[in-house]
Amino acid sequence: MFVVTKPGMMSLLTDAGRFGQAGLGLTQGGPVDPFAFELANHLVGNEVPTTTLEVTLGGLQLEVRQDALISVTGAPLPLTIDGQGQPLWQSIRVKAGSLIDLGMQTAGLRTYLAVQGGFDITPAFGSTSTVLREGIGGLEGSKLKAGDKLPVGSVAAQGRLRKLPASAIPDYPQELTAHLIPAYQYEAFSATSRAIFFSSTYQVSNQADRMGYRLQGASVPCSISSMLSEGIALGAVQVPADGQPIVLLNDRQTIGGYPKLGSVLSLDCARLGQCRPGAQIQFELISLEQAHNLLMLHHARQQRMLTNLEELDE
Amino acid sequence: MNHYPMIQTAGENCLIVYVAEQSGPDVANRIAALLPTLREVFGRYLVDVTPSYNSVLIQYDCLQIDHFQANALLRQALNQPQQSTNLAGKLVELPVFYSEQSGPDLSALAQRAGLSVQEVIDIHQAQEYRVYAIGFAPGFAYLGEVDARIAAPRLATPRKRVPKGAVAIADRQTAVYPAMSPGGWNLVGLCPTPMFNPHSEPHMPVQVGDRVRFVAISQAEFVDLGGDLSQLAGGIS
Repeated sequence: MFVVTKPGMMSLLTDAGRFGQAGLGLTQGGPVDPFAFELANHLVGNEVPTTTLEVTLGGLQLEVRQDALISVTGAPLPLTIDGQGQPLWQSIRVKAGSLIDLGMQTAGLRTYLAVQGGFDITPAFGSTSTVLREGIGGLEGSKLKAGDKLPVGSVAAQGRLRKLPASAIPDYPQELTAHLIPAYQYEAFSATSRAIFFSSTYQVSNQADRMGYRLQGASVPCSISSMLSEGIALGAVQVPADGQPIVLLNDRQTIGGYPKLGSVLSLDCARLGQCRPGAQIQFELISLEQAHNLLMLHHARQQRMLTNLEELDE
Repeated sequence: MNHYPMIQTAGENCLIVYVAEQSGPDVANRIAALLPTLREVFGRYLVDVTPSYNSVLIQYDCLQIDHFQANALLRQALNQPQQSTNLAGKLVELPVFYSEQSGPDLSALAQRAGLSVQEVIDIHQAQEYRVYAIGFAPGFAYLGEVDARIAAPRLATPRKRVPKGAVAIADRQTAVYPAMSPGGWNLVGLCPTPMFNPHSEPHMPVQVGDRVRFVAISQAEFVDLGGDLSQLAGGIS
């Protein structure tokens, strides 16, 4: 078991996400940065991603009550165990009684902490992912609090120490080009509106969270004034009457009635979700075929990475 | 001129099918009938389905099938004869404690419509509504269509705290707030029936395609049915 001694700003228990429950109005949730989440799991030998912690804005401290194998991935931050600095993107043995401390991120926004065997949390609606807006998942639907107890799942054999090669560690730029797949009401936006959208640089506003990122920049006019609410895909770019685009992320509302230009490629949603207010975002149009190519390439690259993790000597 | 059903891309792993241009009881029936067919035809490639007024969003596993296959499966589902049993959905009665205390926008609605408060209440419960969509928040069911006489736009300034169980009107839609939340709909009463319970099956008293009728109850009946009057302490601002 791990015990939370300092919860940090927003530390959430999460598995891969909650799917198949949209009909009840339950959103997908899950890790904003699935690559970092999946790597954290693989580094500790969890081949199927288990319940992990997503730590936004750092500040988490955990007391370890049992020997365990952990890994920390995602946005870089100072990681110490009993005051000793430790690397990210590799598995680390921790002894019962030690203290894990995550500082503030030096780049990016969200860091993942996985443990071999996963945190043993009872799923709600098929998933342990915490969605604060719904009050569902994790421990009674809330973010971690000081004193929370996090049981660790059972482990068949002691895991090996592994690390991701330094060349494979992603960076977390605060400037990015997001690929947009034309979808939904794309055709209803005029050529001028689209030209404005694709030629402008948008800034991430202060209203940016797991639900969606509201951007600031050149206003995108839309001729649609009212439409029936419809299901919303991950990355959908919604344009309300003020013309300021909102990119909808993991905790988005399941249905909504604003016109949408299309949907951002999931790989870029993950990078956007690592951006802070003030980050500069541009958009580039890609076809659905190009999007699938990029996804397949990413998937193949990740599989190769997982089979080529470096083994470390004890 | 668009032809329905109309299939469009919604994202890298999502298709949306517009069953008709507008919503309505027939469209709701067709969507309700389509859902089990979609699950059967897509099988393990289906990740999630989000039905709404006149559309269904289908999320598929794009590492297993590409969009050509997903399109073909969707067309196959649309062409399959739909099971016609129980399409009208079940009829659910929801009790409502209508009063100016529990429904602080009743008098404004009445004034706007040139009706008495009692007439607004009578009109709201005179008809059957369809569940057109569930979303926004867990258990939030969009019901339509409200009689045009008592339809009203959302409040200019949404309330920060709408009580759990609040029965509300926005345009020609009506709904019951499943939990305390911010909201801009016009409040006409309180319903003691829980609209979302994560700890019991089924989690909701209604699903898409069902019919709903509101039935007026007294304050005492509201309390007997488990309603919480403490939410009204200090009034709903």
